[in-house]
Amino acid sequence: MLELRDVTKRVGAITHIKPTSMTLQTGHFNVLLGATGSGKTSLIKLMAGLDPLASGRVILNGEDVTQVRTQGRNISLVHQFFVNYPHMNVFDNIASPLRVAGMSENDVQKRVEETADLLQLRPMLMRRPSELSGGQQQRCALARALAKDSRAVFLDEPLANLDYKLREELREQLPELLAGRGAVVVYATSEPEEALLLGGWTALMEDGHVTQFGPTSEIYHSPESLAAARVFSDPPINTATGIKTGSRISLESGMGWQVANATAELPDGRYTIAVRAYDLSPKRKSDLDVQLTGRVIVTELSGSDSSAHFQMGDNSWVSLASGVHTYRIGQEHMFFMNPSHCLYFGDDGQRVA
Amino acid sequence: MKARSLVPIFYILFLMLPIYWLVTMSFKTTNEILSGFSLFPQTFTLDSYIAIFTDPTWYWGYINSILYVSINMVLSVAVALPAAYAFSRYKFLGDKQLFFWLLTNRMAPAAVFALPFFQLYSSVGIFDTHIAVALAHTLFNVPLAVWILEGFMRGVPKELDETAYVDGYSFPRFFTKIFLPNIKAGVGVAAFFCFMFSWVEMLLAKTLTAVEAKPIAAVMTRTASSAGYELGLLAAAGTLTIIPGAIVIWFVRNYIARGFALGRV
Repeated sequence: MLELRDVTKRVGAITHIKPTSMTLQTGHFNVLLGATGSGKTSLIKLMAGLDPLASGRVILNGEDVTQVRTQGRNISLVHQFFVNYPHMNVFDNIASPLRVAGMSENDVQKRVEETADLLQLRPMLMRRPSELSGGQQQRCALARALAKDSRAVFLDEPLANLDYKLREELREQLPELLAGRGAVVVYATSEPEEALLLGGWTALMEDGHVTQFGPTSEIYHSPESLAAARVFSDPPINTATGIKTGSRISLESGMGWQVANATAELPDGRYTIAVRAYDLSPKRKSDLDVQLTGRVIVTELSGSDSSAHFQMGDNSWVSLASGVHTYRIGQEHMFFMNPSHCLYFGDDGQRVA
Repeated sequence: MKARSLVPIFYILFLMLPIYWLVTMSFKTTNEILSGFSLFPQTFTLDSYIAIFTDPTWYWGYINSILYVSINMVLSVAVALPAAYAFSRYKFLGDKQLFFWLLTNRMAPAAVFALPFFQLYSSVGIFDTHIAVALAHTLFNVPLAVWILEGFMRGVPKELDETAYVDGYSFPRFFTKIFLPNIKAGVGVAAFFCFMFSWVEMLLAKTLTAVEAKPIAAVMTRTASSAGYELGLLAAAGTLTIIPGAIVIWFVRNYIARGFALGRV
């Protein structure tokens, strides 16, 4: 368990991390999700003790490690860029944390070979990192991080610099590699899809602070703010201004639908309505679906998904549907959405329903 | 042979000519040198070399030079390593100004410092010692070494430091086991330039020594016999002074190319 209590980081007069508190549990991935520059790496460095805290406390497994240097924390860290010791071969790289900890050479040998087998590095143990491919280099860095029994494993966008195939392969392997270690696993990424695939808990980061932290699916389905919804959507979430009068919501483009339950209780007025691209389909799926019409501007086919960007009044929306759909560019097309998938935000960007 | 390959050949011949002349002179007798133009030694003799290796005044000149140059190399690099690390890794008040000021130390001619060093060393009693010359040369070599090493250290990503700390390396252990092996080319280049400066610098070395630590350059200028200057002997001494430099260049030749690539040499 890793607990942050009101940690902040400042460099000169600039605040890099605003007061942040959260408790990261073992047994599942803790994903830090945020755009580049949102403070993911800064927060990881604070947790790892690589950068000094301006204030606050860091508690690891019940022990206050705020004043403990990185060397004494027994943690592992994998950087976005493949960092290995260039002058050592793969074996010595993986062995280095074990040797520093004073493990006997027999045990080192055994542990390195076990870890190398997990990460399929056995054939290149005697090679230098510079003689490996990017994926192998990163696996070597991962092996070094996993070789010792650390209390926390920090993965700072470890797959960002790998090509697509390798990224998928390693991402599938990661949860299995880290399961049952009893270590706190922190995984930083800028891709919403990775957060969803790795599951566990997600902390949304924006502009140097955590805007929302909780189980990943909960955060995905009920973001607290428009900003959180934007961070956790790829392709970008569709937004439009809607006016609520009574139990009816109408968009500026003239289309509208009836609302029920909590949404109907909201005071009348203007709201920002957001809906994810996945929730817009060119096919009607149920009787509750609302029909929207827009002029298709761009279409893309990626794998088995087809996406269409369409103009609806002043808003440009995206629909992403599985299967191959054909759109005619410049033509009006119909899209359907279930109004229950809509998120409603007030003027201050906070979610109201 | 193509015409354009003649250009580098001619250039190399042009560069090698004075060295060739020095080496052939060292195998001639002084009489032959004075008697006129000859491309090869008419009477090949090793007398000059034998004279140097049997006369303590001569060979101690070399030993003295090698001693203070070595002390200087070790001192300069040892002092420059932590300084360059600080410049490459930390931001502190006035870091850029300090770095520039270090370099300006090199811009004054050595002669400016000859008198203060002479007076200072005489009064503290280290005049005419190897350490005196070595210390005087560090004034010029430490800034250069800091500058070269900082360039190499900057090329090592900060993440390597962080990875080592995460792995549990203490700072001294990280520095010697991880960091130094990764900048050994830089250490080689810095040591080479310290060697070059210290080996060819004559003014301070001559001024700060008398008998005990007299460098080879001083021995050469002070050697004259009743028959006038012995040119063969001087040529042999000159040839021998080139050799250590040539050996050092041979060892660091690959590193120097990297230094140029980093834009620091």
